[in-house]
Amino acid sequence: MRDTPLSNCERDFILKAIEEKKRLDGRQTYDYRNIKISFGTDFGCCFVDMGKTRVMAQVSCELITPKENRPNDGIMFFNIELSPMASPAFESGRQSELMVKLNRQLERCLRNSKCIDTESLCVVSGEKVWQIRVDVHLLNHDGNLMDAVSIAAITALSHFRRPDVGIQGEDVTVYSTEERDPIPLSIYHMPISVSFAFFQQGTYLLVDPCDREERVMDGLLMIAMNKHREICSIQSSGGIMLLKDQVLRCSKIASVKVSEITELISKALENDKKIRKAGGRCGFAESMPQDRITALKTHESPVEMTDVEEKAKEIVLRAELPHPTVPSPVLPGPGTGLVGEGLHSSWGLEEEEEDEGEGEEEEQHRAEKTSRVDVVLISDSDSEEEEVVILNQKAETKKAAISNQQMAADSKSKRQKKKL
Amino acid sequence: MSRLCCKCFIVNVGLLSKKCTLYNTAALIGWNLILINAVLTHARCITQLKSPHVLPVSCATLYCPPSELTAMLNSFKDKIGDVLLPGDVFSFQMPESITDSKPEKVVCGPGLRRNGDEVLVCKSGVLRHKQPNLYWIDSQQRRYVPSKGENVIGIVTAKSGDIFKVDIGGSEQASLSYLAFEGATKRNRPNVQIGDLVYSQFIVANKDMEPELVCMDSCGRANGMGVFGAGGLLFKVSLGLVRRLLAPQSEIAKDLEKMFPFEMVVGMNGRVWVKAKTVQQTLIVANLLESCENMTAQQRRTLFRRVADGSI
Repeated sequence: MRDTPLSNCERDFILKAIEEKKRLDGRQTYDYRNIKISFGTDFGCCFVDMGKTRVMAQVSCELITPKENRPNDGIMFFNIELSPMASPAFESGRQSELMVKLNRQLERCLRNSKCIDTESLCVVSGEKVWQIRVDVHLLNHDGNLMDAVSIAAITALSHFRRPDVGIQGEDVTVYSTEERDPIPLSIYHMPISVSFAFFQQGTYLLVDPCDREERVMDGLLMIAMNKHREICSIQSSGGIMLLKDQVLRCSKIASVKVSEITELISKALENDKKIRKAGGRCGFAESMPQDRITALKTHESPVEMTDVEEKAKEIVLRAELPHPTVPSPVLPGPGTGLVGEGLHSSWGLEEEEEDEGEGEEEEQHRAEKTSRVDVVLISDSDSEEEEVVILNQKAETKKAAISNQQMAADSKSKRQKKKL
Repeated sequence: MSRLCCKCFIVNVGLLSKKCTLYNTAALIGWNLILINAVLTHARCITQLKSPHVLPVSCATLYCPPSELTAMLNSFKDKIGDVLLPGDVFSFQMPESITDSKPEKVVCGPGLRRNGDEVLVCKSGVLRHKQPNLYWIDSQQRRYVPSKGENVIGIVTAKSGDIFKVDIGGSEQASLSYLAFEGATKRNRPNVQIGDLVYSQFIVANKDMEPELVCMDSCGRANGMGVFGAGGLLFKVSLGLVRRLLAPQSEIAKDLEKMFPFEMVVGMNGRVWVKAKTVQQTLIVANLLESCENMTAQQRRTLFRRVADGSI
């Protein structure tokens, strides 16, 4: 099936909102969505919800023959499944580019960083080692798959327990769960990936883009780090040019986010361990809250409400006094006359409402008017001369009229700029 | 705040129509008339939750006085406001001799389907009734099924030859001829780009053919339809919320109007486009609409009041 195309107005709106530092769901630029981690009944099954993006990871193990060149190391195998349930753009069976990219990123993040001690997975050197297989299923795609996948994978690995093994001479006995308690994997550190989306050729960046933001982004930077501030992997896609200090800034943000997420993961693991020890019922069904069908299920998200409304009092305070009406034509001096042009418009009703920022500017101009008697600048006249000075006795009234004109012109141009 | 500027494109309370297959000569847009010449003898059968097959009560084809007829319709009426599930059956039986009973007309709306002498429930939902004889199932869904005469918001995906391909959220893309705009001729093509939003109406929409759209009414006037959308935000809601927004006395729309001025275009395919004076206000309206889907009226009013207070 085809995915819904992104319309032009959505694209323009999202970009405009990003320029004003506003996101669609009310988050700040560096905010993550709500992350919720829950575990299944088996050891090694973990669900991660990041806003609406939903991911499930399942870890399993098997005894196999090791590789020829590494007889003492266990094997880690990662697999990400993009099910059509996640998005209409995903087709089952076909290896899409996104799937290859996510698989490679997860492998680099977890395998090359050596977060799991593979030597401890060895049972009989050269003959039998454990193969740990991590299967990640995407259940819903609402942007930022890589982060959700990395959190799910490392949490599932930390949650997993492998069967205990006993070796007596040549015999290897694998004890089942009832006979002996299964033992956890030995994990050195937890690499978590943080994604940054860039817009307008690198001018604006957002952490944890949602699906619509991902569609309009120029490029994506993915930094995988652990809480000891060691970078495990960096990947930049989309072909954007990033400056050195941008990348450094992103890594600083990433370290803050990673420590928060690692804390969340350890808390979730602690909770689960407590519940299992206490004998309580654990599992996916238990972790779903009791929701009635009519209850409001969406999460409350903060939407900034400041500066939305203007009060009448504020407008009145800021508004300028209406200009004294000048009878037309104005005769500033012999031989010159002003008709209409330069006089302040008496249709002051509509313009007052949009006078937010202009009120201050015009007050400033008014203050300067009294001091700037000598300089005369006519900005919108057709004359090509820089200054027009009229030699007459009534110099002040002329200059007053001209600076009025200049103020009107300035406010007009400001209003035009504001409208754009 | 100053003047209100709320442009709602109101559609007739057009609910989704079910594709009923029956003999009908007077088919209204999406509605099907059933002429029931009935003296009703069957009791209505309600299936249990677990066994979905129909359990008919023993029937006797006897002539029954008209009081029985009213009894049958009454039991239909008893169920108004109840939740019904697919598989529930209302049976009517025509006796051999009817002399004095008037034929009762019952109009089956979406979710109800005539099957011979029975009326089956096809969707799960609440049974609603409108005077004088209109019954339908009010159900909730997000996936849109095109039906003739409905106004929808589409996104132009391709221009090929004489037609535009428009995505309306259904299973197939609809086609929109470039001559189907007001004032369009072969020389004077409408200015439509890929990715634009169009508000248009279905002229062909059934399960056998590709849906077709037009941007003008039968007289050739645009009547509010056409390309739009610069500067606003498009988002998707469920079809039930869209119907509630388009109802003639919509409370949601009235409550929203009190907040601040905005423009809104509502498509029957669940797509809503909003534009307010600033980006912030547009985002607020969009988030409010998305969140008031599952709220009761009271909850919604408290939420709106909280938002209005929070802005000061």
